[in-house]
Amino acid sequence: MTGIVSYAAYLPLYRLSRAEIARAWGGGGKGEKAVASHDEDTIAMAVAAARECLKGASKSPVDGIFFASTTSPYREKQAAATIAAVLALSPETCTADFAGSLRSGTNALRAALDAVKSGSLKQVLVLAADCRLGMPNGAGETAFGDGAAALLIGSDGVLASVDSMYTMADEIIDVFRSDRDRFVHAWETRFVRDYGQGRIVPMAVTTALQKSKLAAADVAKFVMYAPDQRQLQTVAKSLKLDPAKVQDSFFNEFGDTGTAQVFIALAAALEQAKAGDKMVLASYGNGADVFTLTAAPGIASWKPVRGLQYYVSTKLLIPTYEKYLRWRQIIELEPPATAPMEQPSPVALWRDNKSGLDLHGVKCRKCGTPQYPEQRVCMECGSKDDFEDYSFSDKPAVLATFSHDSLGISMDPPTTVAAVDFQGGGRITCDMTDRDPAEIKIGMPIEMVFRVLRYVGGFYTYWWKARPKRD
Amino acid sequence: MDGIKDKVAIIGMGCSKFGENWEKSADDMIIDAAYEAYADAGIESKDIGAAWLGTYVTEQTGQMLSRALKLDYIPVTRVENACATGSDALRNACYAVASGACDIALAVGVEKLKDSGYTGLPDFELLRRQSNTYRTRTYSPPGHFAMMATKYFDRYGLSPEEGKKVIGQIAVKNHHNGALSPKAHFQSETTLEKVLAAPMVAWPLGLFDCCGVSDGAAAAIVTRAELAKKFRPDPIYIKALQIAVGPYEGYMSPKFDWSHVEETVRAGERAYAEAGVKNPRQEISMAEVHDCFTITELVIMEDLKFSERGKAPDDVRSGFFNLDGGLPVNTDGGLKCFGHPIGASGLRMMYEVYKQLQQKADKRQIKNPRLGLTHNLGGTPATCSVSVIIAGNELG
Repeated sequence: MTGIVSYAAYLPLYRLSRAEIARAWGGGGKGEKAVASHDEDTIAMAVAAARECLKGASKSPVDGIFFASTTSPYREKQAAATIAAVLALSPETCTADFAGSLRSGTNALRAALDAVKSGSLKQVLVLAADCRLGMPNGAGETAFGDGAAALLIGSDGVLASVDSMYTMADEIIDVFRSDRDRFVHAWETRFVRDYGQGRIVPMAVTTALQKSKLAAADVAKFVMYAPDQRQLQTVAKSLKLDPAKVQDSFFNEFGDTGTAQVFIALAAALEQAKAGDKMVLASYGNGADVFTLTAAPGIASWKPVRGLQYYVSTKLLIPTYEKYLRWRQIIELEPPATAPMEQPSPVALWRDNKSGLDLHGVKCRKCGTPQYPEQRVCMECGSKDDFEDYSFSDKPAVLATFSHDSLGISMDPPTTVAAVDFQGGGRITCDMTDRDPAEIKIGMPIEMVFRVLRYVGGFYTYWWKARPKRD
Repeated sequence: MDGIKDKVAIIGMGCSKFGENWEKSADDMIIDAAYEAYADAGIESKDIGAAWLGTYVTEQTGQMLSRALKLDYIPVTRVENACATGSDALRNACYAVASGACDIALAVGVEKLKDSGYTGLPDFELLRRQSNTYRTRTYSPPGHFAMMATKYFDRYGLSPEEGKKVIGQIAVKNHHNGALSPKAHFQSETTLEKVLAAPMVAWPLGLFDCCGVSDGAAAAIVTRAELAKKFRPDPIYIKALQIAVGPYEGYMSPKFDWSHVEETVRAGERAYAEAGVKNPRQEISMAEVHDCFTITELVIMEDLKFSERGKAPDDVRSGFFNLDGGLPVNTDGGLKCFGHPIGASGLRMMYEVYKQLQQKADKRQIKNPRLGLTHNLGGTPATCSVSVIIAGNELG
């Protein structure tokens, strides 16, 4: 039996209320959209989803990372390889990026299922993340939200089996972004709705059900991509589905999270599923991928620590639309009168991948003191080259001291500087993120998160930051 | 090990005007400081046997010193020790004459910061440690020292408001002293109200908690102690020269409490031992310390054992460090008001100690000084280079 071994969604902490967008441009708007922090991109969000997904999944090692997004930070340079390094996976991991449409997530899922079924890979972590931009004052800006999700595909300890896969391709220029554009565009709304997603998804779901000899009545939950709530209802109606069986896609809370949308919704469905429940998963993007799933007897044995309810209720509102524009660098601000960030050396980064990407330090074999970054001479006892690897990313930590630096280089000033002390030893001094300066107190619990630290010289440099632990 | 005590004397010193010296190049300021020192010592450029240039970011090579002063093909070396650079230039010159390698040595410190276009400090490796790889710091020097303020206040039960009042008084004192210093960058009095109302730079530090970013140069001429009286009747004798450089422990170990600076403690203890000082609070007549931020001065008072741990705020409140107090500190306005051209600051501190010990400090003159101390810190509270130099106006 092949299927989902564990799963997790990840939503950034920040929300922009649609009323705040309407303040700028007029019109109305309900609900909120999830917005990646100024230091989050699809790699950072995928890492967050992956870490949650792998928590407690003490199963066989992951030998594949398939990353899917229409908004990978690079056009040429693999995101999956970065993620594998952050997760400290073996160099023999099969890494691949899937891109080009909102269907890239399920393209990756299908490839993962095929690989595991064929025995070529044991466990593949499928990651989907998007951070799409709509033009200011456009429908996309209001609709799009940022988010990520992770599905671990394997055949050992399956929580939900994938029983069938059906795929259709369809050439249409409905929703698109060329290699020359930052913003997603769509053709006339009615054409897009009626001849794009509104035609293909019902057609593909109907065929998939027929082929797997299932009636709609046999299915407990339909998880289907739609650009918004209304279109989801339209498609459900055309399929004559019981509205109670249509999984909510969190348009009101997170927005259309692009490639990640169906996986986030699937995570919500899996959290609620009972053993034996049949589910249909249908994506859309120049065609459709449809999967039928069955919740396995073990469905209740593992749930992500941070389920959808956590992400619905744990949030910070971006106070102004202007701040959103700044974070997404849609408007350019006068640079601060301080020295600009220096360009890192890819050579030095490469040498330092282990400590930089997966937050590995060392622990002295003589005196047992954990130290970050890697040392050759022990800070505590002076012994030389006698260390074992030590990971800091998952250790509980508290804030030793901090300041709020208005001269720091940040898109979210002031820079909150943190000295973080780890349980078991070790201290790291770094930036804080996802914080309200007013809430910061000495001694508060901290968790480490993987973020973009700077973009200088045409490439992204990531590192870890501290953020208040919110549970 | 008998140390440096009474082996070397300073026989001449000079200091340029500190500030935003738009009209002066680094060479101009070097010339201003060096020629004042020559005249003070009664020597000429050709009498100098070796020279050290302290500069942190202005130029890579010491050749600029020979170029500016047209030195006579003598050995010239550039030294650097972060913001303690000027003190290290002096230390090298002192060791040169003490060794007998030459009779007269020159130490010059200079920094030209205001050509950068930045209000704050230019970019340098110390602040963005390992900036070519991961782990770069996106925060400024005030951001680092503000972390010490946060922790100090928390540790000793001061609310941020109470804490800011204490360090604010240090700013008021240094402004008062700076107003009496004709070469200082800032020469105006201020009030605690103004200090507390100033814009935030790095919470909890406001604008008046931060020192000036300045251009400037300072110079010293040293000789062996037994030769000193040939040049002047009132040479100033070196009693201790110490530098402690931290191994980065504060950033890596939870043992560092962020409310003291270990390098200051170590350099101070060694300097007191070298100079034979048993009770610094009693024996040190005045001190010029590295008040890059007001919180730094507060903590230095404890690290140098002028105040007991946690008691510096009481001494600040009682005026113990004021010009007319028991142990005047930063009588020339300190980094806060005299300004902080990085490579020059250590020598500027000694310039004030020298003038005070010679009773030539004009309106700032304290009564009957015997021993003066400079404390020069380069880096951040978590890891830095600290120089502590003690000088006296008598042998023995």
